[in-house]
Amino acid sequence: MTLAEILAGVIVTALNAYVLLAGADFGGGVWDLLARGPRARAQRDLVTHAIGPVWEANHVWLILALVLLFTCFPPVFAQLSIRLHIPFSLALIGIVLRGSAFAFRSYGGQRDQVQRWWGGLFAMASLVTPLLLGMAVGAVAAGDVGHAASDGFVTTYVTPWLSPFAISVGVFALVCFAFLAAVYLTLETTDRALQDDFRRRGLIAGVAVMIAGVVALALSREVTPSLQEGLLGAPWSLPLHFLTGAAAVTALVALWRRRWRWARIAAAGEVSLILWGWVLGQYPYLIPPDFTIDGSAAPLLTLGLAFGAVVLGGVVLFPSLYYLFHVFKGRASEV
Amino acid sequence: MGVSLGFHIIFALVGMGMPVLMVLAERRWLATGDEIYFELAQRWGKGTAILFAVGAVSGTVLSFELGLLWPGFMRLAGAVIGMPFSLEGFAFFTEAIFLGIYLYGWGRISRRAHVFAGFAVAVSGALSGIFVVIANAWMNTPTGLEVVNGTITHVDPIAAMANPAAFAQTLHMLLAAYAATGLAVAGIHAYLLLRDPSNAFHRRALAIALLVGGPAAVLQPISGDIAARQVARYQPAKLAAMEAVFETERGAPLVLGGWPDLDAHTTRYAIRIPFGLSLLAYHDPRAEVRGLAAIPRDDWPNVPAVHWSFQLMVALGTYMALVALWAGWVAKKRGRREGGRVLAGNRWLMKALVVATPMGFIATEAGWMTTELGRQPWVIYGILRTKDAVTPMPGLVVPFVSFTLLYCFLGVMVAWLLYRHIVRSPTVPEELWRVVRTGEWSRGAGGAGDA
Repeated sequence: MTLAEILAGVIVTALNAYVLLAGADFGGGVWDLLARGPRARAQRDLVTHAIGPVWEANHVWLILALVLLFTCFPPVFAQLSIRLHIPFSLALIGIVLRGSAFAFRSYGGQRDQVQRWWGGLFAMASLVTPLLLGMAVGAVAAGDVGHAASDGFVTTYVTPWLSPFAISVGVFALVCFAFLAAVYLTLETTDRALQDDFRRRGLIAGVAVMIAGVVALALSREVTPSLQEGLLGAPWSLPLHFLTGAAAVTALVALWRRRWRWARIAAAGEVSLILWGWVLGQYPYLIPPDFTIDGSAAPLLTLGLAFGAVVLGGVVLFPSLYYLFHVFKGRASEV
Repeated sequence: MGVSLGFHIIFALVGMGMPVLMVLAERRWLATGDEIYFELAQRWGKGTAILFAVGAVSGTVLSFELGLLWPGFMRLAGAVIGMPFSLEGFAFFTEAIFLGIYLYGWGRISRRAHVFAGFAVAVSGALSGIFVVIANAWMNTPTGLEVVNGTITHVDPIAAMANPAAFAQTLHMLLAAYAATGLAVAGIHAYLLLRDPSNAFHRRALAIALLVGGPAAVLQPISGDIAARQVARYQPAKLAAMEAVFETERGAPLVLGGWPDLDAHTTRYAIRIPFGLSLLAYHDPRAEVRGLAAIPRDDWPNVPAVHWSFQLMVALGTYMALVALWAGWVAKKRGRREGGRVLAGNRWLMKALVVATPMGFIATEAGWMTTELGRQPWVIYGILRTKDAVTPMPGLVVPFVSFTLLYCFLGVMVAWLLYRHIVRSPTVPEELWRVVRTGEWSRGAGGAGDA
């Protein structure tokens, strides 16, 4: 295993953390949007309460993945930035609006109308941003952005991320996030009725994850034979898919039987396995078909230093993170 | 990008400065048991939260935009200068974690742990600022690489971080953060003290804000001098544009104001101080200063813009330093305990502070314009031209306009929220406060004793 591969692994790990943590924060926004019934207000409050202390720290995983990407694999960063300029810019607007709307709602006074306005903006941005990020991932996986620019504005900058496959990946990402959020939220309250609200939502979202996954896989057959091959043909693929499926079923069963902690572990495992499945499926490419891990890595000295920074940063980061979650998430009570 | 940076820079400044205020207030509260400090720490904490949230997301925009707008820069420079950005990522992460703990941790963790969290926010905030400015300094004085036929070889990220401009620029920026935030907060409370001179809340707020902003403002001209001499040595074109010097000469005068006439190679209507520039830039009245005429016209920055930004920054910085000295002198005269009262009673000083409120931010923006515009047409000085770094995507005016609008909207909202939270003051006159404190009122401050 080369140093470049290790660092690529670190980047994917940061992405994984982003998906599990910030993804759930986005999902929380979706449930804010879909809050219904007599406990709509309580549902919204639960979401706000759950993500308040942690969303900024969760969000930084993306920044970390990004800075490591441009330190260790500058050409990849440049290529992605050029070809996916539009979805990234839109996602950025979404990120900005979501974060600020959340802060403004928390500090903007209790008047109902103000609350509703910011809440709506927060929820909409939470819905659109994962969709766009997922579409960008879809475009990468499809190998549509990994070669030199073709002619024409639309084919270069627009079509790749608006293909049916890319859209299906966007939807897949969104339902995964909503699923994670619903499962986590069962652990954020001791109110039985609220827990049941999110149990029901989690079950629906869990099934939706499976459906969206199958649709994306089916669509990938046409656009990305190489990814399909990677996903289905490699020696590790069968065990991986088996594990993913097992995690998915476990999550649903645990939700059904109100074993919230088990459901959380299984759901997080399921989504992580899906992410790693994609990454392994396109190994050794960072962006197929032209950018491989070793081919686009920075000089060895830079990689070594970046690795040192990761280790050093980790020494500071992990105890701090542990403390954060210990303080705010450690006391969530079990039923 | 310029707009994003210009927007973000303000939040970055406040993000470095506010935590210091907030921690100081909390420490005062723990030391004195005076509830007003508790109130202050909470209010400033909320202010920090709002600004940090916006700063965090606008910072995300920036890290994306590096690539979205300047892929050519990133492809060339990522391996060399990604390092400080990676470190910044970690520092920022730490800041976000501890800010979460600080804001939501009131009453959930021990007081010591809480102050420590605030302290960690202040330190990591300063560190992330330092790392980013190091990267910018590298763009001004690139080291740690060699360019052979358009490709970069001999990449050495450590040497890149230790570039000649790094020290001067980071020092200048750090002081700017403390001076701008401290004096801005002081200015706001000075304004409120003008209307309600006996308000104990604003008096204490003013004292802490001046404690942070004052020394920084006084030290800033010194760090500016270090920075200017460094520019003189490594970036002659920038210095020439800053000072609007056209002809190379020994014993160059200092040019104040004026209209640089690019074709006639002269600056009209300016005040000239003989030998001033040579003295300032090289600490030697006979030193030779290179003029713009010695530099190919293609490599000139926008001379009037750089000249005026620079002059504006210096003028505002000078004013801030003088006001800070004045305040320090007034407070010193009466000793520490009476300082707050005397300060608040000096209406002329209060007015001068109110005038200084926005100055630190304007000066920082002007200084940033000076260093960025002064480097043009290069994005990496002497290595990569800006036009070669920009993305090939057409229609860039669309993201430019939309992000500008977005930022205007956010700016207005933030201002309104801060007004709600920080400025709207509890009305506590000092006399009444004494009564309250000697009485039985104790809202769980916890008998830490009297001041």
